[in-house]
Amino acid sequence: MSAPAVTGSSTLRTVTRGRVRRSRRRRLILLTLLLLVVAAFVTSLMAGHTFYPARDVLRVITGEEVPGASFTVGRLRLPRAVLALTAGLSFGMAGVTFQTMLRNPLASPDVIGISSGASAAAAIAIVTLSLGETSVSALAIAAALGVALLVYTLAFRDGVAGTRLILIGIGISALLDSVTSYVLSQAAEWDLQEAMRWLTGSLNGTTWDQTVPTVLAVLVLGPVLLSQARNLTALQLGDDTASALGVRVERTRIVVIVAAVALIAFATAAAGPIAFVAFLSGPIAARLTGTGGSLLIPSALVGSLLVLAADFTGQYAFDTRYPVGVVTGVLGAPYLVYLIVRTNRAGGSL
Amino acid sequence: MTASHSLATEDLTLGYGDRAVIENLDLELAAGRITVIVGANACGKSTLLRSMSRLLAPRSGRVVLDGKEVHRTPAKQLACTLGLLPQSPVSPEGITVLDLVGRGRHPHQRAFSRWTARDDLAVAAALEATRTADLADRAVDELSGGQRQRVWIAMALAQQTDLLLLDEPTTFLDISHQVEVLDLLTDLNRDRGTTIVMVLHDLNLAARYADRLIALASGGLHAAGTPEEVMTEDTVRALYGMESQVIEDPLSGKPLVLPIGRHHSRPPSTGTQAPWTPTAPLPSGTVR
Repeated sequence: MSAPAVTGSSTLRTVTRGRVRRSRRRRLILLTLLLLVVAAFVTSLMAGHTFYPARDVLRVITGEEVPGASFTVGRLRLPRAVLALTAGLSFGMAGVTFQTMLRNPLASPDVIGISSGASAAAAIAIVTLSLGETSVSALAIAAALGVALLVYTLAFRDGVAGTRLILIGIGISALLDSVTSYVLSQAAEWDLQEAMRWLTGSLNGTTWDQTVPTVLAVLVLGPVLLSQARNLTALQLGDDTASALGVRVERTRIVVIVAAVALIAFATAAAGPIAFVAFLSGPIAARLTGTGGSLLIPSALVGSLLVLAADFTGQYAFDTRYPVGVVTGVLGAPYLVYLIVRTNRAGGSL
Repeated sequence: MTASHSLATEDLTLGYGDRAVIENLDLELAAGRITVIVGANACGKSTLLRSMSRLLAPRSGRVVLDGKEVHRTPAKQLACTLGLLPQSPVSPEGITVLDLVGRGRHPHQRAFSRWTARDDLAVAAALEATRTADLADRAVDELSGGQRQRVWIAMALAQQTDLLLLDEPTTFLDISHQVEVLDLLTDLNRDRGTTIVMVLHDLNLAARYADRLIALASGGLHAAGTPEEVMTEDTVRALYGMESQVIEDPLSGKPLVLPIGRHHSRPPSTGTQAPWTPTAPLPSGTVR
């Protein structure tokens, strides 16, 4: 171990001050995001066609019986808000994981077909096979992993080049979306709500049966991804540099892909492929916190905030109730176009 | 002031797919010295460097660091002793110099551990050694090529390894920045005893800055030793298939390679058979 050379105190002060300032700024932004998520969560429990004061909401959550509120808040709004929270968190975290690992903001799971795979499998499981929640989740995960493997294999030629993987992913994604459309068009009990869920993602009619698996997934897989946060930031510097820094690149990649794909699959099996949340959260988080540290937690918070806010907007801002995916789609599509235009000019990474 | 480490290859064979790039190479790298690897394109220079830093598993044979096989050493443990700066590292968009250099601390940190004063000290020392302290808050994207290369070296320094391997650290730099980077690496070697192994394209800079030269021809080692021993007209011919004249660099006393092309050479004064025939001058644009 070599001792560091004698260091002029001014440089050390610059370094320490810079680090303290950065981490203070990061903490401030994380705290603000957290407060916004809590505020959006509470608002979606209290507000709606009937307004319930915070006291009633709190009593319902602690298990007391409140006339009216127990049903509206406890049975309708709470599972929906929790699913918005967990699905947003899952999409945000898994999205930025892929974008970081593949060093390309376009390489998000909802662009490269992984969400579409989970969605198509879930649609088949529910609409065609009439399976229960557990089987639906299992099938969605299997399909999402399958698609990830397929895209990876097709794109592999002496290593995975980002652009090729993305183009193949977009193709597979289109293919799978047409499978979903076909399944829905064949369904005997043609139901527009259900169709919207598998095409763009929707939280309408959410029950605890749908919500609970996503909560468990977040509790188990979230920490797995967080444990790889440092390895992921090292991977941003390229595989060779990451290896030279002591990262076991292949192992990290496998752990991270499986965890992120599973997160996406659980969330998609419950809420559908809520459009562009995985794609948008990372870049927004990067804008807010800078590229210095890990983006996993900020992206998770941005994802939750996006889904909660978009769902609330979709439900109450217009005369018609729109599913959450329509609102996030309106936000995401222009950004996708912008990125593709910009990428063609100069290859950018997150 | 640093412990000296021994890095060697034993009967090392490397390759991609069916193609063997280097066969049965036995090499010992001088501890505490600057070793420069030269050779033509695709002769396996980078491949060798990648293998010595665990990035490429050998087909057969081994790379040995301090008596232990590199490819069996845990990745993080190796990364505390041996650092590598690849040829074209990628920097995330918008990352600041301070953050990038801080990434070099990775092998010294655990998954959930916090940043420590030790880390700050290492980063500060790396910034000072590379004279990049005044760039600390700048975005890496905005820097000039020479500045950026210094920042990448700073990141490798923050890793605090006693051995540093660099794959063409001067590529894409103009001549003044090339010299600046090589001077910096020489400082590191002299002040800290860091063992440096690098691939360079420029034979004259290689001969000037190297304590030891390794000349790789396709398939394996052509010559190894001091620049005076290695950098000869025979070596240049064997490596590049090109005639040359090697003279003494008036500035450093090291060998200086003068390439002989088909044009712009006076007939040799020694009177030996010239390998070329002077013809009518062609437009200079046709010189390869």
